[in-house]
Amino acid sequence: MTHVRQIVEKPWIWSFVGMFLVWLATVLYTGGTGATQVITAALSFATFTVIVGIGQMFVITTGPGNVDLSIPSTIALSGVLAMKIMGGSDAMLAVGLGASLASGFAVGVFNYMLIRLLRIPPIIATLSSSFLILSTAIAYGRGLKIKPPRMLADFTSAQVAGVPILAVVIILFAVGMSILLNRTLYGRSVLAIGQNMRAARLAGIRVERIRFATYTLSAVLAAITGFLLAGFSGGASLNMGQEYLLASIAVVVIGGTSVAGGKSNVPGIWGAAMFMFLLVTMLNTFGASAGIRLILTGIIIVTVITIAGGDKPAR
Amino acid sequence: MIMLAYLTSPKFLRSALPGASFAFLLLAIFYVQPNAMSYFGLNMMLQYSVPIALATIAQMFILTVNDLDLSIGAFVGLTASIGATLLADTPLLGVLALAGAVAGYALLGALIHWRNLPSIVVTLGMSFVWLGIAVLILPTPGGTAPGWVKSIMALQLPFVPFPIVAALVIGIVVHLFLMTSSFGVVLRGAGGNARAVGRAGWSLLRIKVLMYAAAGLFGVLSGLSLIGLTSAADAHIADRYTLYAIAGVILGGGEFVGGRVSPIGAVIGALTLTLTGSFLIFLKISPDWQIGAQGAVLIIVLALRALIKRREA
Repeated sequence: MTHVRQIVEKPWIWSFVGMFLVWLATVLYTGGTGATQVITAALSFATFTVIVGIGQMFVITTGPGNVDLSIPSTIALSGVLAMKIMGGSDAMLAVGLGASLASGFAVGVFNYMLIRLLRIPPIIATLSSSFLILSTAIAYGRGLKIKPPRMLADFTSAQVAGVPILAVVIILFAVGMSILLNRTLYGRSVLAIGQNMRAARLAGIRVERIRFATYTLSAVLAAITGFLLAGFSGGASLNMGQEYLLASIAVVVIGGTSVAGGKSNVPGIWGAAMFMFLLVTMLNTFGASAGIRLILTGIIIVTVITIAGGDKPAR
Repeated sequence: MIMLAYLTSPKFLRSALPGASFAFLLLAIFYVQPNAMSYFGLNMMLQYSVPIALATIAQMFILTVNDLDLSIGAFVGLTASIGATLLADTPLLGVLALAGAVAGYALLGALIHWRNLPSIVVTLGMSFVWLGIAVLILPTPGGTAPGWVKSIMALQLPFVPFPIVAALVIGIVVHLFLMTSSFGVVLRGAGGNARAVGRAGWSLLRIKVLMYAAAGLFGVLSGLSLIGLTSAADAHIADRYTLYAIAGVILGGGEFVGGRVSPIGAVIGALTLTLTGSFLIFLKISPDWQIGAQGAVLIIVLALRALIKRREA
């Protein structure tokens, strides 16, 4: 029994319960057809949400007011930049990836600089920088229709027995990130800062260095998402990052991470990302119109935060 | 000498910054394009500042109580869609729908206060709800704005263009309510020190509901004034307004926390943001850079403010 209780008390378990229920409802409605295909599709699409979700989670963990609003524009910039540099050639794959990572790193450094030098709340800093980043992407990528290199397209869509390879890679990556969060000096520092920044500073944690690393990590992960997403969807587009602003925050919250900071988990992000995708699939299967789908998505996010919320920042 | 000391004091510089940035941008435009220095030129450049200023004021009400609204753009899209369909076809139903939308905003304030929720997540979720309802009401761009809305927005005033007068009126009315009335002090106090205001016997729930309702009301006005200019609507018509509204408040000297806001500043911020777009057109710079330039203006103003703050310390 203690095992059961231990599992039920994990904050991330509910996202997986929700994921299973939504999947069950879909499968019951269709009478069992497409039960496994739906999971394959969910794994493929959830992958991208998970990568940005992890970055956003580290940022949110550092405490109230910390959110990265520049993720969508970073995705667009990285995707556009990589596609243009690679020009569809496999030989340029490493160069393209390098450029994409570099763009993410630059965005992260810029975001942190704004936060530190201008002493402004991170939301305003990442918001202002997202204006500049998106403009750069738009100006650079006007009329861009370049196919991704063959190898990248194959890699991002490859499957073995219905299991997307990329999803497996990102599951392993998530395990690594979970270890980073819970078992390393960096991760423990992030959690400590989120619980009480003053106490963390007094305890000798180099708060500013950790925050710098966190904003850079988030931007680099957004850049990786842009790179992979452009390969997966046959090219980059300027609004390809748009839906990931809400998605990145939603999966963190639904996954059981505290918005007040200092209390986080990685598995919940996978559960929540799968749940979000399966939810839309379910509504599609039921024949709901676009308007209804949007309304229900919104209501579910508000409901989850209403149930999970109520915990005041620890002070 | 005392005068000079006052003029260079951080306090004065701080309050003069929004107006100075606006004036600087306006002079730069007149320098590049002297033709803009006319009744029609100003009218053209600033007409869209009316809906943006109203959305900015809506955001300012939310910021006053230390929250942030990431759904105001979607909400303005919804009220624009209602305005161009229900309000034009069946006015009574339209008015009821808009009142319902404002009530929805008030309820949101109550929910956020009751469960002590992070406004960012709640409003981000609600932006989907507003957008979804707007798509149901108006699946494809279209509809027509009611005639009276269009005629208000097309008003030709003597000497001073309508957008400038409208912006001034909006700023002054909200200023009188929020900055000079004793109740306004309580409202801002709720952002500065909620516990103290609560101990003094004010209902924090009521304050939050009121501020959200006020934001909803200005969201409605923003949507209506927008379709008065475009005459048709689209569920996505105001998607960018969420960002504009935050930027407008900040450009106008508003602080992010602590109830330190300025209605007149917010309106000037909205005007500055609108001018940035026109400035690029006059410089013949591609509209690709429009949001980038707005971001740059935001960062420059924030940097100037950081410099002033350093002197204050």
